[in-house]
Amino acid sequence: MGMGGGTLTIPILTLALGIGQKAAQAVNLISFVPMALVTVAIHCKNRLIDFGAMIKVVIPALAACVIGALIAPAMSSRALSIGFGAFLIILGAFQSVVAIKNKLKKDKPSRICNCAGAYNCVVLDMCDREYYD
Amino acid sequence: MKADALNKKKKYTALFTVLASVAAGCVNGLFGGGGGMLVVPIFTVLLSLSVKKAHATAVATILPMSLVSAIIYIVKGCVEWNITYSVGGGVIVGGIIGALLLKKVNNFLLSMVFYLIMIAAGVKMLIG
Repeated sequence: MGMGGGTLTIPILTLALGIGQKAAQAVNLISFVPMALVTVAIHCKNRLIDFGAMIKVVIPALAACVIGALIAPAMSSRALSIGFGAFLIILGAFQSVVAIKNKLKKDKPSRICNCAGAYNCVVLDMCDREYYD
Repeated sequence: MKADALNKKKKYTALFTVLASVAAGCVNGLFGGGGGMLVVPIFTVLLSLSVKKAHATAVATILPMSLVSAIIYIVKGCVEWNITYSVGGGVIVGGIIGALLLKKVNNFLLSMVFYLIMIAAGVKMLIG
């Protein structure tokens, strides 16, 4: 889910296969439903769904979604394509920056010193050298 | 004093949750996808769910949104059914393959490739 496969389905259908923007959006929405039903059933069985949190998000999101879905068919395909393209660029850039930041944080060794080596740690710190426990 | 600060934090969290949910809903309804990628951070950052629970709850959240949007698109006559059946089948097969291969793939590399493809696709869609 976090990889957002559906997000790439629309550009693949429009750019690679030449399908219209609105048709591609409709296909993406419809094809998501059966897969999601199975996934949700499995997640429910594994007790991974937080229904309290879900309600807080689904109510405003559903209202906005209905408005968006009613507006979309009336908009031009070009406008929807530009809007979705801008959304992909912003989200892709933001997500890659976050992923790189998290990767650099994970790879950096932690500077932990035990008491016996405290003097060594101070010396190494002054020399700006990496050290670990 | 502490109770005041806590109440303020709760109010801001509630406000940002509603605003972010509306944004996710707009994106999913207007563009037919992409809402999931906005909903997951709402669950992890604002509602403090674990990553696993956030992803699972996000699917459950996007399901009714996609269902309602799909019904509206069908009623408005935007659907080409022959493409829908073949893409739907492909999504299911691809999902199963992806789930089986996921353990063998480097997560960071896969994520970066995915985000770069997103940006490239976005640029192509902007240019037209």
